[in-house]
Amino acid sequence: MSRSDVLVDADWAEAHIGDPGVVIVEVDEDTSAYDKGHIPTAIKLDWKKDLQDPVRRDFVDKTGFEALLSERGISNDDTVLLYGGNNNWFAAYAYWYFRLYGHDKVLLLDGGRKKWELDSRELSSDVPERPRTNYTASEQDASLRALRDEVIAAIGKRNLVDVRSPDEFAGRLLAPAHLPQEQAQRGGHIPTARNVPWSKAANEDGTFRSDDELLTLYQSEAGLDFGKDTIAYCRIGERSAHTWFVLHELLDQPNVKNYDGSWTEYGSLVGVPIELGDGR
Amino acid sequence: MSSDGCGAPAGGVSVSAATGSQAVVEGRVVHEGAPVATGYARLLGTGDEFVAEVPLGEDGGFRFFAAPGAWTLRVLAPGGLRAERSVEADYGQVTKVDVSL
Repeated sequence: MSRSDVLVDADWAEAHIGDPGVVIVEVDEDTSAYDKGHIPTAIKLDWKKDLQDPVRRDFVDKTGFEALLSERGISNDDTVLLYGGNNNWFAAYAYWYFRLYGHDKVLLLDGGRKKWELDSRELSSDVPERPRTNYTASEQDASLRALRDEVIAAIGKRNLVDVRSPDEFAGRLLAPAHLPQEQAQRGGHIPTARNVPWSKAANEDGTFRSDDELLTLYQSEAGLDFGKDTIAYCRIGERSAHTWFVLHELLDQPNVKNYDGSWTEYGSLVGVPIELGDGR
Repeated sequence: MSSDGCGAPAGGVSVSAATGSQAVVEGRVVHEGAPVATGYARLLGTGDEFVAEVPLGEDGGFRFFAAPGAWTLRVLAPGGLRAERSVEADYGQVTKVDVSL
């Protein structure tokens, strides 16, 4: 896997609009963005309504994922091109999610919705009709997802990368600064975690930094030991999916997991260790 | 407004009175007298450290729930339009920042 296998630019996307076998999917939490205008032929996935279990705190199971993709007209052979707002946070989360359920032909649009908008490229309000398919998912790939006990066991042993903002890492904020400050019972971070905010991996227009810049960021500056396995986390697992994408897909690191329970889970657990204060 | 995601609130933010004890930075972005409905507001900390970003609402509005302190607000819009303002936030205050591109 390398950058060209997983990441495409807006010119590539424009050239493949309407291609049979390429399904463009906008993934957002705020799907009103899609409703106002989207890349022509794109369908939408709602990060919460479509991808999260409505009752348990978990994402939809294999059967649910199969039903969702079948209903949206995505088949196993399709190349799925994902993009979204928030610098591709939710698109990266969906990318991780597609990979988790074994869909390998999946791409991320570099810069996502933001770069597309800032470039004043065409947006459409037409909602395409895609014929129903019979999608079959694989069992979840456990090598991509960390659960809480594994995270606790990884303290001091593996690379833990906290990709939230420095204020969230230090415990001064519980959520990103564009959201009300609520959620986890306690602030802070998992002991031994390094703070590498997801945003350091991105340029201002939402595109990813170059491989050389990314290697410098994670190895030289943050001091991650690429000889060890890595777990990335944030607050609810979408910003860390962005970093998971960088480490696992762009930089081709083999053993990188996303902890989607993230701080909303960890910061509410009873009895686990928490560190406060700024990163080193 | 969504309260449990990291994304933008539905339809962007509408600027209005908010929010008790929080340190709010909010405002509207206009260009040639009209709201800028397509664009982004970024909140940056010391040394241009990225803190948060929201898409502008239909009325050009944005809102952040910051920590107390000094911040930089940067606005990006199509056509290479951009602007930057220094802002101060404190708990219990709504700091208004209107930006004309």
